[in-house]
Amino acid sequence: MSLKIQDLTLTVEGVSYLDGVSANFERGKLATVIGRTLAGKTTLMRGIAGLQHLDRGALTLDAQDFSTLPAWRRDIAMVYQQFINYPHLNVFENVAFPLRRRGLDETVVDRRVRVVLDKVGLTGFEARRPHQLSGGQQQRVALARALAREAGILLLDEPLVNLDYKLREQMRSEFRGLLADQEETIVIYNTTDPVEAMLLGDTVVVMHESRVLQIGTPAEVFDRPASTQVASVVNDPPMNFIQGRKGETDIELVGGVRINLPWHLSDLAMGDYWFGIRANELRVGGTSLTSQVTFSEVSGSETFLYVDSTAGSMTLQVQGVHIHDLDSKVGIGIPAERLFVFDTSDNKSLVAAPATGAQL
Amino acid sequence: MSRMYLFLKYSAIALWSIFVVTPFLWALTTSFKTANGVTGGPTYLPWLQYEPSLTGWKSLFGGGGGIDIVKPYIDSLIVTGSASLISIVLGSLAAYGLSRFTYKAGFVKNPDLIFFFISQRIMPPIVLAIPFFLMLKWLDLLDSRIGLILVYVALLLPIAVWIMVDFFNNIPRQIDEMAMLDGCTPFQAFVRVILPNSLPGIIVAGMFCLIFGWNDFFFAFTLTFTDTQLLPVAVVALNSSVTPWWSLSASALISIAPLLLVAFVVERFLSHGTLAGAIR
Repeated sequence: MSLKIQDLTLTVEGVSYLDGVSANFERGKLATVIGRTLAGKTTLMRGIAGLQHLDRGALTLDAQDFSTLPAWRRDIAMVYQQFINYPHLNVFENVAFPLRRRGLDETVVDRRVRVVLDKVGLTGFEARRPHQLSGGQQQRVALARALAREAGILLLDEPLVNLDYKLREQMRSEFRGLLADQEETIVIYNTTDPVEAMLLGDTVVVMHESRVLQIGTPAEVFDRPASTQVASVVNDPPMNFIQGRKGETDIELVGGVRINLPWHLSDLAMGDYWFGIRANELRVGGTSLTSQVTFSEVSGSETFLYVDSTAGSMTLQVQGVHIHDLDSKVGIGIPAERLFVFDTSDNKSLVAAPATGAQL
Repeated sequence: MSRMYLFLKYSAIALWSIFVVTPFLWALTTSFKTANGVTGGPTYLPWLQYEPSLTGWKSLFGGGGGIDIVKPYIDSLIVTGSASLISIVLGSLAAYGLSRFTYKAGFVKNPDLIFFFISQRIMPPIVLAIPFFLMLKWLDLLDSRIGLILVYVALLLPIAVWIMVDFFNNIPRQIDEMAMLDGCTPFQAFVRVILPNSLPGIIVAGMFCLIFGWNDFFFAFTLTFTDTQLLPVAVVALNSSVTPWWSLSASALISIAPLLLVAFVVERFLSHGTLAGAIR
């Protein structure tokens, strides 16, 4: 029981929007699609929903091909990034609209709408028009309408991105609760935010430049990114990549700095590689590299340092507040046991750093 | 400050109202005058300054003088009403298509098509008179209400399309898409979601159509002769060897009545906020 998409491809006037995208989505599971803006996430959803004609590709739900069905006959509900509701209908009628279109009995409509409005916390707002609600409430209405459908497939296209930070966090946890009991539904959730993708997803689909790069559990995608692109998309700030050469007993980074060979790389053939390291695993005050601060910002609990070093520019994420003047010198420590290794020709992952958490 | 502002505001409104209302008062008094009353100089107060009479009003409804305004009035209502209705229906459909779908025929694209519609209004009407005349003659529709309705649709449709395209463009496309995902065919999405949300546009376009159609003299004059006569032509035709000012005034007053009614209805809609805020 699953949604299977195969080889979805769309090119418009020489610009590729989807390039052979294939994936499986399981019923009762939430899949997050993570990728930067313009990675093709929205086009993917519009293609699945039937709002966007695709050059080729097959869509099957429980082995039934629905590629040729028009949008209005597909069993799909969607929540947009913008708060899209029917402006001329009140909250109750907004949520009831798709149910009425399906000719459901009035008592059923009434019951379902009230149940869903209660779930999203909008009881008492039935008579309001969408424009009389706050952004968060408007998006709850849109979600309620999508949930009330009890559709086979629920698509959420960056639903929280237009909300302010505090509300986004609050609604993210609400979403987790609401989407968790959709046992019959395939939920696909687009996001640019790695944290959101990891927190919400049973499965994470990483997209980059109109292709799917990796599909896996959050832990798999995070601990064993398939390529440099995946590693930079699923880490925020993106993973740092340093070019270097593996020698017999050490690694020589661009710029001439040598670091001792960690045990997990002992089997690696000698040669040139990309060495990846997460921003939060670099240490300030180390002796591996010397660097110059080009920019620094303090988020409150953390400090982000952007530096130029002999091995290239890097980003460091450090706990606590650290004040660094521009152009001041900072030593950087590279914990060799945290290095990822990628092929320089095709950017594919060769060795992942050992996972830090307890392995089950 | 705010008192001063209010005072100035209402003074300005009062002043403007004098300019607007005076001609109507003039027409109103004249419509109750007789030949003596009209030639007796500017007089305004009935019974005191002139002897009021219903001659003018009676003459319009077959009460002597051989003038009958009732049939032209009904013809005008039918022609303007039908032409406006057809223009709004066809215009909304065309505008929705132009707003939501991409058309391409060689170098002709949506903006060109929209320009094509509005370009019909760039030509001076007199240029269109002869072609319209020939076409109606060919169709054997000269001097008929149907012929005039066709001509008026040709004149009003561009206005309707032009206004409605703008309104539809302001409704996010995602709303149509949402309606389709919620089970509407594109046409159902148009009727159930887009139209209710463009009610202000429909009313504005409808008003424009009614006003333009109702006021047209030129085409009504050139394309009809005896069987069909629209109100503006009939009013002018009152003016024979002796100008019956009383009948003219009365007919002028009742000919603005429908537009006045439309204005009141729309004003009520607007003040109730039914239309305001319909679109975010």
